[in-house]
Amino acid sequence: MKALAWVYMAAAYVFVFLPVAVLVAFSFQDGRLPVPPFQGFSLKWYEKVLGDGDLMVALGNSLLVAVVSSVVALFLGFLAAHALARVRLPGSVLMRGVLIAPMTVSYLIVALGLLHLFGMVGVKLSLWTVGAGHVVINLPLCFAICFAAMGDQQKAAERAARDLGAAEWQVLLLVSAPMLAAPLAAAFFLSVTFSWDEFIIAFLLTRFDVTLPVEIWSMLRSGLSPATNAVGSLVFLVSVTLVVALELLVFRRAK
Amino acid sequence: MGWGLVAPALIWTGAFFVLPFAAMVVLSFAHMEGRTVVQGFDVGNYVRAFTDWTMVKALVNSLEITAIVTVVSLVLAYPLAAIIAFRVPARWQRLALLMAVLPFWTSYVVRSYSWLLVLGQNGVVNKALLGLGLIAEPLEIASTRTATVIGFVHFFVMLLTLTIYANLIQLSPNYMRAAQDLGAGRWQTFRHVVLPLTLPGVVTGAFLTFVLCIGDYITPQILGGNTELTLPQLIMLQLGRSGNFPLASALSVVLMGVVTVAYFLSSKWLRLDRV
Repeated sequence: MKALAWVYMAAAYVFVFLPVAVLVAFSFQDGRLPVPPFQGFSLKWYEKVLGDGDLMVALGNSLLVAVVSSVVALFLGFLAAHALARVRLPGSVLMRGVLIAPMTVSYLIVALGLLHLFGMVGVKLSLWTVGAGHVVINLPLCFAICFAAMGDQQKAAERAARDLGAAEWQVLLLVSAPMLAAPLAAAFFLSVTFSWDEFIIAFLLTRFDVTLPVEIWSMLRSGLSPATNAVGSLVFLVSVTLVVALELLVFRRAK
Repeated sequence: MGWGLVAPALIWTGAFFVLPFAAMVVLSFAHMEGRTVVQGFDVGNYVRAFTDWTMVKALVNSLEITAIVTVVSLVLAYPLAAIIAFRVPARWQRLALLMAVLPFWTSYVVRSYSWLLVLGQNGVVNKALLGLGLIAEPLEIASTRTATVIGFVHFFVMLLTLTIYANLIQLSPNYMRAAQDLGAGRWQTFRHVVLPLTLPGVVTGAFLTFVLCIGDYITPQILGGNTELTLPQLIMLQLGRSGNFPLASALSVVLMGVVTVAYFLSSKWLRLDRV
């Protein structure tokens, strides 16, 4: 029974890591196809990818959209969570429902709706329109994380600050935000990783300034290539670095 | 005072989510004449969605794939989460969990592409099986439903392991001990104590799986190819090839309706604000 558990766990790890292992291994392929047999070790695909102007521009676009939209989503989500966790407003259950609702709608529908709306109003598609969409999908996440993190301890500290004459913005900036640093950072990093990796909204809501997943998508159209493996491996490396940094910086300290 | 703080988030969600969705519902009742959209109240798009065989087939495909993926992912993820929560020593659990979901953070377009490298004609699996002499001809896995399901299951096993683990770890060991003291076996303890207590987490995870799976375009497009269209693929086709925005909207509303039904079926146990 015990052995079975470890065997199962090992098998699960193999399943989970198999595609990533293949992806990374064949990014070093010294040949034109990222499939067996392995023809030797080479860094030429990384060289090609890092020297590819379009890809680097797309990478910059992705990071820009991710950071800006996550800041906005976190800001809006934090304020809303703060208000709804503190004050009993009429209809607060409904408001929470509305704020969480985008979580239950597929990104494709969010994208289609926005595409239609921007078309009607006459807004030109750009990275800004993509960012607006990314705020929509990340706001519920930021709101939920902040809302769940607000406890009685914070309430007491905030009341004390108010009693001592702090204005509301001072309470938010100097008391609430520092106390919630860990969940705020978690929400921010999660938003960044979701946004910079998001495809369908970015695909439908921009024309000329594409983001990285859209650029990778267009690479796929020309068939299998170790260059795609190299980009994928780099993206994986960046995301994993973010996650590990978050784990070490935020959660270790929170304990 | 409270209103001022909620207002920005509500306005954003209203302007960029509620309003576009409402506009899309209105558009779904319009129809096309040539290449121009004619507004009006026409249920033709919905009639087509439920009578045109291509569209019905896409809906059925989506439902079948999503059902298979949700069940298989749950069945695979629960034991993994349980092993990490109950067998792995406490100090190693976070690491074990982090490792189990690390590929979760690969770019999601790239993740599907990676499975293509594994499952393709010249892929790792076929080369290995051919090398071992287990098969004579390469298996046709890529561009089939099987490939789509494998790609989805891979992602959702990781997601569900996370959510189920989070629930298991909150269980007090005293419940299990009490059940065992009262003479319950392993299976009975699991069936009557552990499973009911983790049900809300399981249902929430299953619902998220359902929503993300049924609405995904990339995985079926890359791994399944065009052999068996899913609803999102069909929506994208309407958008691209024929520019039929009203029909695409109607199909999206149908998709949304399916998700809403799933929501109400699971709402009793759903804890969305505590994912």
